[in-house]
Amino acid sequence: MRQEIRLAGYGGQGIVLAGQLLGKAAALYDGKEAVFTQSYGPEARGGASSADLVIASGPVDYPLVTRPDFLVAMFQEAYERYRPDMAEGGLLVIDSDLVKPWPEEGPYRRIPATRLAEGLGKKIVANVVMLGFFTRVSGLVPREAVETALRSSLAPRLLELNLRAFAAGYEYSSEGGSAPLPMPPPEACAGKASARTSPER
Amino acid sequence: MTVARADAVLTGQHFFLGDHAFAEGALAAGCRFFGGYPITPSTEVAERLARRLPEVGGIFVQMEDELASMAAIVGASVAGARAMTATSGPGFSLMMENLGLAAMMEVPCVVVNVQRGGPSTGLPTLVGQADVMQARWGSHGDYEIVAYSPASPQECFDLTVKAFNTADQFRIPVLLMADEVVAHMTERVTIPPPEAIPHVERKRPGQGPGDNGFLPFKADDDLIPPMVHAGEGYRVHFTGLTHDERGYPVLTGPAHDRLVRRLVDKIRLKAWQIVEYEEYRVEDARVVVIAYGSTARSARRAVTLAREQGIPAGLLRPITLWPFPGERVRKLAERVSAFVVPELNLGQLSREVERFTSLPVLGVNHAGGAMMPPEPILDVIREARG
Repeated sequence: MRQEIRLAGYGGQGIVLAGQLLGKAAALYDGKEAVFTQSYGPEARGGASSADLVIASGPVDYPLVTRPDFLVAMFQEAYERYRPDMAEGGLLVIDSDLVKPWPEEGPYRRIPATRLAEGLGKKIVANVVMLGFFTRVSGLVPREAVETALRSSLAPRLLELNLRAFAAGYEYSSEGGSAPLPMPPPEACAGKASARTSPER
Repeated sequence: MTVARADAVLTGQHFFLGDHAFAEGALAAGCRFFGGYPITPSTEVAERLARRLPEVGGIFVQMEDELASMAAIVGASVAGARAMTATSGPGFSLMMENLGLAAMMEVPCVVVNVQRGGPSTGLPTLVGQADVMQARWGSHGDYEIVAYSPASPQECFDLTVKAFNTADQFRIPVLLMADEVVAHMTERVTIPPPEAIPHVERKRPGQGPGDNGFLPFKADDDLIPPMVHAGEGYRVHFTGLTHDERGYPVLTGPAHDRLVRRLVDKIRLKAWQIVEYEEYRVEDARVVVIAYGSTARSARRAVTLAREQGIPAGLLRPITLWPFPGERVRKLAERVSAFVVPELNLGQLSREVERFTSLPVLGVNHAGGAMMPPEPILDVIREARG
């Protein structure tokens, strides 16, 4: 089973770190294979940029993301640039304050990640709030694996805030909002592949 | 002031960038000197070693350019250190003269070349594989080279360790010919405990520095002279001029033929021992794809897709580009019908394949800028099958 994930935003949002943490969680703490790549060069500075992840149960041959099964958009331009590449039936996840989906957009999940991060006192942890939310709604990697990745990657002084940010995202419920997808209970999806993803390609 | 020493060998599992895996492979191999000039897409090798080498009692020097970088690692190695540099196309070109110096003076050292699109400045941030023949023939004069081609961050680590051992065993410069995709991808890298990391000692002279009759360039039966280091008291003279067993210049045809023939033969006669490759589904293959580096990962996918369509395809992945596994190609040619050689250049390793077979060798070529996707390879596999 091969899953392609693209995290997209603008420089400074911590998109790359979020992707590395999720990949590390899958590869080191959940017994999966994972390859992380990112865009390099001038186009990666300012404007829309992306961090790509392939997660699979067996060895990954071709390492690049071409048709993401999961697209996380934290910036309008990123949504507009990368949405057309998303696989049919893929899962879209957005920062609801920063991305306004096209009227024809199908079901998606949304979280005001940046606003929640501001509520925690630091706007810069918006990426980890989103990582928590994405961990829950994607079901790709268990919560514990991602939390272990946070613990093994971040400086001790930053850890507590980031674990709180992760929990805030993981436990956030968008029910009652306009997002059309019903929210599964947290225990229902942790560690289990989402039923919404496309089969092995 | 005492500085806390960090571990040189980061035993355990990591989620590492390919470039960082080169750096950690070097440290695990005992490399304690890096002289280099940062250049994309190899910069992260230098960046990590600039932080890590001082932590483990090593030396990092940012040189003024790549000519000096290569000279610096040759000097460090003559003084006894395991030494490395890392670069990309334009810097690799500048290193060529001193690479020949290392070959002529038989100084072990390791050069990482993370290939990007060329010629010249080309595509600084984007992938290429067009330095394959430069790796083999880039410096003037006759010499043999060993060049490894990693296809994953784990191999960036493992082959760096191996490169240092091969360099020391044969007293030669060894190349790690990566490409931007492999160097900039992050994957799991497992680092074994220090005692499980293979280590080949540099061959050293049996007698002490007091022996006036000692000949520092007198080879043993394996054609490799034991290496003396500068500053140990031996009478040593290292020169790029043609030299005799004393290390002194002897500028005659016979002396030159004797020396260069030995430099070449010490590798050529052991090529069978150095050559490495990996195979995937070649047992009953009729079409064999020969691919290396990042392109080998696309080729592997293409072979899987071909098999799903009932086409008996297989993959031969040279891990050593040089020496090239030509005998394996010759052997396979007895029972396959065609070879397909995808590479991010306009036909380089395919020329080497052609030397070992009269069967059709079909190239899949792009000058670089993006990783080769599996589809064009699959198309040519289909075409090769007819």
